[in-house]
Amino acid sequence: MPDLTVAIVYPELLGLYADRGNAIALRHRAELRGLSCEVRDIHLGEALPEAVDVYIIGGGEDAALGPAIRELRSQRALVGAPDRGAVVLGVCAGFQLLGRRLEAPDGSSVEGLGMLDIESRPLPDRRAVGEIAVQSPLLGELQGFENHRGDALLGEGVTPIGTVEHGVGNGHGNQEGAIDGNVVGTYLHGPALVRNPVFADYVLAGATGAELEPVEDELVERLRAERRAALVHERRGRRRRRW
Amino acid sequence: MTGISIRYRAALALARALAWASRHLLHRGGNVIGGAVMLRLAGGGIAAKARRHRITIVTGTNGKSTTTAMITAALRVRGAVDTNADGSNTSHGLAWCVATAKAHEIVLEVDESWLPWAVDTFGPAAAVLLNLTRDQLHRRPEIQPMAAAWRTALQAVPCAVAVAEDPAVVWAAYGARRTEFASTGDGWTSDTVLCPQCGEVLHDRREVWACNCGLTMPAATVEIRDQRIVVDGQDLGIYERLPGHVNVVNAAVALAATRDQVEPTRALAAIAEQVGDVAGRYRDVTVEGRRTRLLLAKNPAGWQAVLGMLREGASILLVFSAEGVDGRDTTWLYDVSFEGLRGRPTAVAGQRGTDLAVRLHLDGIDVGDLHRSVRSALMALPEGEVDVVATYASFQTVRRELHVA
Ligand SMILES: [Zn+2]
Repeated sequence: MPDLTVAIVYPELLGLYADRGNAIALRHRAELRGLSCEVRDIHLGEALPEAVDVYIIGGGEDAALGPAIRELRSQRALVGAPDRGAVVLGVCAGFQLLGRRLEAPDGSSVEGLGMLDIESRPLPDRRAVGEIAVQSPLLGELQGFENHRGDALLGEGVTPIGTVEHGVGNGHGNQEGAIDGNVVGTYLHGPALVRNPVFADYVLAGATGAELEPVEDELVERLRAERRAALVHERRGRRRRRW
Repeated sequence: MTGISIRYRAALALARALAWASRHLLHRGGNVIGGAVMLRLAGGGIAAKARRHRITIVTGTNGKSTTTAMITAALRVRGAVDTNADGSNTSHGLAWCVATAKAHEIVLEVDESWLPWAVDTFGPAAAVLLNLTRDQLHRRPEIQPMAAAWRTALQAVPCAVAVAEDPAVVWAAYGARRTEFASTGDGWTSDTVLCPQCGEVLHDRREVWACNCGLTMPAATVEIRDQRIVVDGQDLGIYERLPGHVNVVNAAVALAATRDQVEPTRALAAIAEQVGDVAGRYRDVTVEGRRTRLLLAKNPAGWQAVLGMLREGASILLVFSAEGVDGRDTTWLYDVSFEGLRGRPTAVAGQRGTDLAVRLHLDGIDVGDLHRSVRSALMALPEGEVDVVATYASFQTVRRELHVA
């Protein structure tokens, strides 16, 4: 038995935005601590297993949301996951479908899984596409790439992951993502846990219930520094153009 | 020549002059400026001229340059063919190719988004649809709307040729009056499990895909069986000039697109003989003892295919960027598995080389120092065979730095 099992839920439906990257990051961070980690793809039509420590629910096409919610609602394993101590990470469409209700671009509305106290609707003007930077009281500086047109409205039962410094995030109030105990939602794409080792460790700690000693990944830190500098550069350029 | 207005001729003269100036004074390509002038001053003239030619348009996320070259080679068995071999595949480049074409037969590589425009403007006899996979998600986050736009546009096209395993292109092809299919022999392959016709999950996604709404994988006239190309039941043998299974598929599609014009055996021989490099791709260049072969990959499907083409024992140089037509997103690197590179000498360069180095690191491949230039990365690898894989913008850098024309 591996120390940790990560399930990628319906990659053929909810894996549009490289969501496998998050599973790869968790495996990497676990292995750095000497923990073995198995990554399992759970395909459409398969029963969602209960013996899982982290469920990853990724992004999908707008048209995938209906079929995905229908499938997931018929599976008890996911709704019961937080009570078993497992972590559920929803990204993009996966974030939205963990919520109470989703409104589609065509105005129709569908009930979500109700695991996060959020409701989502389309962003009014356009897709949010590009690099995103977030300051999180819990996780520090988060970086990533967003590509969505969802606007997530947070209820009382959740707290945002952090404050957006660059990019769009939840779409209003400068907030990004939502956390409620072991259920986490974010608009930061697939490899968000690669770019943000502290975020990956937060998920790992939640799933294992163990305190994890910090481990530095020099190459990842280099990428973070590079992207941080690129954002500063981009912002300066934009300011200059405005003059 | 009658039927060509003075206005058209004047516009062409001006466009030629500007194209010449662009090439010789600015050292840029001249086709785009030439096409822009022609569309602006004589758009109607181009549309009229197009209808005096027989035009085949070729589109898809991956393989369109190669397949365009293959169809061109096959049709040249019968006579002259003009084509946009420079890869200028949006309105201006396409317009220039048609405006200056002398041959009756024209084969045009068309950017996916420009297919409806190209059909409308040129009235092609045939459209070839290769595949629709994830690429440039920031511009085209969904596959379905593109397939729908193709299907609508194809209603004006007499014949569509498509790959049978990809539901999106099959459904789009059915918009045309007649269809012709080529089979990869791989079974269902697609980035989406959703039926392009009804939006539900395809109930069968094995050898033959099918949806409850009735859309199902069509029978193909050209098939690949055990790496051999079979046309109408006749075994034509193995195609192996360009590397990788994707190029066998491209050749099969080219045969499907040309089989009512050129006898398939002769077409395949011409393809194998004439298409040895496509705008620098698959080109062999020796640089200080490194026998490099250049490969281009633009998106997850492209990278996965190219990683399967690497020569056994070759060192690997990966050049990665996210600028211009590459798009700015690098996250899709996590949709590609690099585990096959373990144990091979591998170097990384490019504007976003760090993103790729991190990706490789997570697959257990450490590439050492990151290189600023392609040449220094190449020199860090041992002498011998080196397979070079680059994204679009990087590919131009590779050609420049290694002096590949
Ligand atoms: Zn259907």
